[in-house]
Amino acid sequence: MTKHVTRIDARFEALKKENRPALITFVTAGDPDPETSAQILSDLAKSGADIIELGMPFSDPMADGPAIQASSQRALKAGQNMIKTLQMVRDFRAHDNTTPIVLMGYYNPIYVYGNERFIKDAKAAGVDGLIVVDVPPEADDELCLPALTAGLNFIRLATPTTDKARLATVLKNTSGFVYYVSITGITGAAAPVVNDVHSQVKAIKAETPLPVVVGFGVRSGEQARAISKGADGVVVGSAIVSIIEKSLGAKGEATEGTRKGVAELVKELSLALSAD
Amino acid sequence: MATKSKKTAEAALNSYATGPDDRGFFGIFGGRFVAETLMPLILELERAYEAAKADPEFQRELDFLNLHYAGRPSPLYHAERMTAELGGAKIYFKREELNHTGSHKINNCLGQILLARRMGKKRIIAETGAGQHGVAVATVCAKYGMECEVYMGATDVERQAPNVARMALLGAKLNPVKSGAGTLKDAMNEALRDWVTNVRDTYYLIGTAAGPHPYPAMVRDFQAIIGHETRKQMMEAEGRLPDTIIACIGGGSNAIGIFHPFLDDKDVAIYGVEAGGHGIDVENGHAASMNGGSPGVLHGNRTYLLQDSDGQILEGHSISAGLDYPGVGPEHAWLKTIGRVTYVPATDKEALEALQFCTRLEGIIPALESSHALALVKKLAPTLGKDNLLVVNISGRGDKDLATVVKHLGMKI
Repeated sequence: MTKHVTRIDARFEALKKENRPALITFVTAGDPDPETSAQILSDLAKSGADIIELGMPFSDPMADGPAIQASSQRALKAGQNMIKTLQMVRDFRAHDNTTPIVLMGYYNPIYVYGNERFIKDAKAAGVDGLIVVDVPPEADDELCLPALTAGLNFIRLATPTTDKARLATVLKNTSGFVYYVSITGITGAAAPVVNDVHSQVKAIKAETPLPVVVGFGVRSGEQARAISKGADGVVVGSAIVSIIEKSLGAKGEATEGTRKGVAELVKELSLALSAD
Repeated sequence: MATKSKKTAEAALNSYATGPDDRGFFGIFGGRFVAETLMPLILELERAYEAAKADPEFQRELDFLNLHYAGRPSPLYHAERMTAELGGAKIYFKREELNHTGSHKINNCLGQILLARRMGKKRIIAETGAGQHGVAVATVCAKYGMECEVYMGATDVERQAPNVARMALLGAKLNPVKSGAGTLKDAMNEALRDWVTNVRDTYYLIGTAAGPHPYPAMVRDFQAIIGHETRKQMMEAEGRLPDTIIACIGGGSNAIGIFHPFLDDKDVAIYGVEAGGHGIDVENGHAASMNGGSPGVLHGNRTYLLQDSDGQILEGHSISAGLDYPGVGPEHAWLKTIGRVTYVPATDKEALEALQFCTRLEGIIPALESSHALALVKKLAPTLGKDNLLVVNISGRGDKDLATVVKHLGMKI
């Protein structure tokens, strides 16, 4: 329904010409501290991330596993909030005007910031799309429709429990791409069964012209490559966030290995997805 | 904002008791704010509950269990010495603490376990704060031979040792939750994570009138037996309805249970008592989400929450583990907004005093949760006339709280 062409639409169009799937990377804004987090954001784009999902930290991330829970806690402890997250996007846009940024998180910090104000400020900061885990299609009037009107993509999750009838509801106001959650579970949990994923992605693609990407439980280049067959992209989150966690010093401070570790993994993932 | 359906618009004119609307909203509160993995399940649950409600056999089975297993009806007891001591309203106790398992929680668990069985679910999960709900869930699972896992904050596991032992004896697997402050909110997060993971065979038996639709309405319906009995018993005892009803509020299931059948009786004054902790002016020192919080979205519903200006949820504090939750059921949030129910806080100290007051005068040791309701009785009853019929819901018994009480009173045993 969106008439606007976003950076997300442009990026998928370009990837289609290159005939390769998108590498979508997730990090939590402000993890492990605001400064390092801003640097990581730039590194992601330079290391081969095609689209960046930037997590808005929340105290109670119900759909996330231990890795992303911990990253949210680190960011909040370091003083992250919605104003800083939006500023981080604004700063990123000053030197990168093409890499799409999707803000991902839970509804409450948005609701408390004010839905209208949030959409306006996110658009002005250079955000391209939103993934809000706990706002289902049944509540589209609250956030999804105003976001679409403002020219933001609203990206929805489809899951293994989404049957055909439900899929129509999920797809109705989705734009940008469809995010297929490959397992019933939380982020960073068990690896998905590749064949099941392929048939589910095929079923979704039969119902929508939108790109379909796969996430949850993807940890390595090899796995990303296997999962991406037949899909338009792969999301990697917990694996990146875990590298940040493992790289931290005794007091939880960023070390030399923090940025380096993230960049190396993203390069490996990018290479695996580019190889024919 | 949510568009009000026709049903709600009409309800607002004629009745306080017909909510929620068909999308699960009470005014702006309630709804279904959950991850997509759970949406098909929530919708299935709603259909299954509607079918069960319409099935006389389901109600017959529940009635039978309430009578023979839970020990209902619970008595409506005239607290004569407390009445004389306070010198005002005529005080009645609704004795929910006499139910099997020692609290009102069994009412909801019996209803939901029958529903889970109808739905063919094999595994039950639940969250618990004080352990009263955990014990009630473990109890009905033992009765029906179903697998049971209970999530309980690590802090609560420590301060509610007797209930932890009861759950273990009943065969439930207890999962202590260490994230956050290790209390009820964190247990609920973890239960939701379990449900998202094991969605196909698992039934989530929520213990309070909160969470995504249809839970707030369903739990209320199962708890409304408290209010229906109270009506009938008061008619028998006094030939008329009560003038004042008081109950404590954590998530608010015992309160909505006794309130709901009286919402349209406009002459009945209704009070809910929240956990005032160290005082509602103390930041993060209380669990009074309606008196000291603001609207937000958590655990599947929009309601009043304890939160900071960035929408991060605060832990809250109460001496009572069962009230130590940063939210409240959405129907209470709505009843507060429209002014039908008056919600006030009682502090830890007031609750402890009320517990002793009740124990010495009536020989009944109430739970710390229920003691919050009694704290308001102490304040309010003397200001009311002797012809004022006051009912306070004694939602649970205090045995589980003895260690906490002994510690706070500095008693030597």
